[in-house]
Amino acid sequence: MSEDAKKQIIEFLEGKKGKTKFYFNDFTKIFPDMKAREVKKLLTELVKEQKIEYWSSGSTTMYGLAGAGKQHATEEGE
Amino acid sequence: MAKHQTPLLDQLETGPWPSFVSDIKQEADRRAANPDGIEYQIPVDCPEDLLGVLELSYKEKETHWKHGGIVGVFGYGGGVIGRYCDQPEKFPGVAHFHTMRVNQPSGKYYTTKFLRDLCDIWDMRGSGLTNMHGSTGDIVFLGTTTPQLEEIFFELTHNMNTDLGGSGSNLRTPADCLGQSRCEFACYDTQAVCHALTNEYQDELHRPAFPYKFKFKFDGCPNGCVASIARSDFSVIGTWKDDIRIDQEAVKAYVGGEFKPNAGAHSGRDWGKFDIVAEVVDRCPTNCMSYDGSKLSIDNKECTRCMHCINVMPRALKVGKETGATILCGAKAPILDGAQMASMLVPFVPVEDPYDEIKEVIENIWDWWMEEGKNRERLGETMKRLGFQKLLEVTNTPAMPQHVKEPRNNPYIFFKEDEVPGGWSRDINEFRKRHLR
Ligand code: HEM
Ligand code: HEM
Ligand code: SF4
Ligand code: SF4
Repeated sequence: MSEDAKKQIIEFLEGKKGKTKFYFNDFTKIFPDMKAREVKKLLTELVKEQKIEYWSSGSTTMYGLAGAGKQHATEEGE
Repeated sequence: MAKHQTPLLDQLETGPWPSFVSDIKQEADRRAANPDGIEYQIPVDCPEDLLGVLELSYKEKETHWKHGGIVGVFGYGGGVIGRYCDQPEKFPGVAHFHTMRVNQPSGKYYTTKFLRDLCDIWDMRGSGLTNMHGSTGDIVFLGTTTPQLEEIFFELTHNMNTDLGGSGSNLRTPADCLGQSRCEFACYDTQAVCHALTNEYQDELHRPAFPYKFKFKFDGCPNGCVASIARSDFSVIGTWKDDIRIDQEAVKAYVGGEFKPNAGAHSGRDWGKFDIVAEVVDRCPTNCMSYDGSKLSIDNKECTRCMHCINVMPRALKVGKETGATILCGAKAPILDGAQMASMLVPFVPVEDPYDEIKEVIENIWDWWMEEGKNRERLGETMKRLGFQKLLEVTNTPAMPQHVKEPRNNPYIFFKEDEVPGGWSRDINEFRKRHLR
């Protein structure tokens, strides 16, 4: 069950072209019947497995596939 | 000879106050001299480059810092804030200059050993510059490079029995006043709750999943030394249910000049003889005190627990004995919609280990806000958008007169049909017999 759900999360992230960072509530939308805290547990496991990673501005945090998109602000392309 | 010329910053040192510019220069000199033989793990001259980049920003009126990134310690989504300089060639010492937040001890009690150990870690592995404390309350380590993060984290957690604090969409490091450890006004043990809830909510502190930041703060009494009412999404302020305790003999001693009002504070100038009516009775915001020339009386049911009378005459007046706390929600700084103070949600909760009454309110609020809150929306904004009554509903709090701040501002608590005996239904024909159209 939880492995299936984690697979769904990875598929969701891989399916999004051009966007690499997502808010927490983008994931709760994938699982409308699941409690937010359950979804959070899945994300935490995926972080531990190094499949996804946090991205933080300091005030807000987002999630993305490990290694995808900008890693830090130096790659902001300015 | 300084590495960069900083005429604009130098000017800041000429003011009457201690200057952070002088502090940074002092650290730059000490690092260069290195009297303790520290094996610096990041560029020795980073304080110089920090001054250099700041001078440039003052000159050009543009920042050269870039925010954010994936930097952090493994498994944690907060506690490290990525900071990169966009002029790395001019200022290589601060090319990577991440901030780390460290959980401050409850009540900010330190031993000198703990402070020294913090500084030892940071002298070696960081810039040596700290901010004690950041606005949320944390110990803030200013500036290190990515490879040092895990090293510092290891030392903090294994050798110093502390942890990183919160940042991002996390529970932020809880903060409290020093409470019962030193203050006779404290209506509950702020440090005990702060510590207990910090441990209880480790997952929320380190693994972000909220719409935005969320802060708890604990004040032992309405004096509000951590200003929780203005600075936290969830503010717990000590209060009491029964009467203010009055020692009439001590009141007389204040009137007679034997005891100094305000425990001698504000004594820098001569205010004349203490006048209990002008300074206490007439200053009571609810006009609930009276003094007949020998006896002080308080109409306690009108008292709003403003603390004024107790602050002026602490030896004569004491908070009541039936103590607990009031819970208020929704304060925030002015990013959207202006600043907002907290609104009173629960007038009184007992504050006793294991704090189940408080945890229940917290968790109900989180469940609601995580579901309904928009991205980057503080609890106070969700409350405003969906209505205070919704907050009452999700926390199972019955509406009561204390929730109405000003009738014209926040006037109506709407009853639902099932809350009213008989409901709304009526026989329209019966009604029309009695009321003509
Ligand atoms: C026991 C009977 C009544 C109760 C409990 C009552 C209660 C109230 C309340 C709670 C308000 C709102 C106050 C506010 O928002 O500041 C109000 C407003 C008002 N009431 Fe009554 N009311 C009663 C009888 C009446 C009667 C008999 C009349 C007229 C004949 C009346 C006329 C008004 C008017 C005009 C307002 C609006 C006042 C304004 O906007 O400044 N009320 N009433
Ligand atoms: C030409 C005649 C009238 C004019 C121009 C007039 C105008 C107004 C205006 C501009 C307001 C303020 C509305 C607001 O706060 O947004 C008001 C409120 C009010 N008027 Fe009149 N009015 C007139 C006649 C009357 C009459 C005959 C009555 C009663 C029999 C009445 C009862 C009220 C009441 C109770 C309010 C308060 C409503 C509230 O606070 O919600 N008015 N009126
Ligand atoms: S908030 Fe009240 S209890 Fe806490 S330190 Fe200040 S005066 Fe004392
Ligand atoms: S605490 Fe404030 S409101 Fe209460 S009696 Fe004293 S001065 Fe009045």
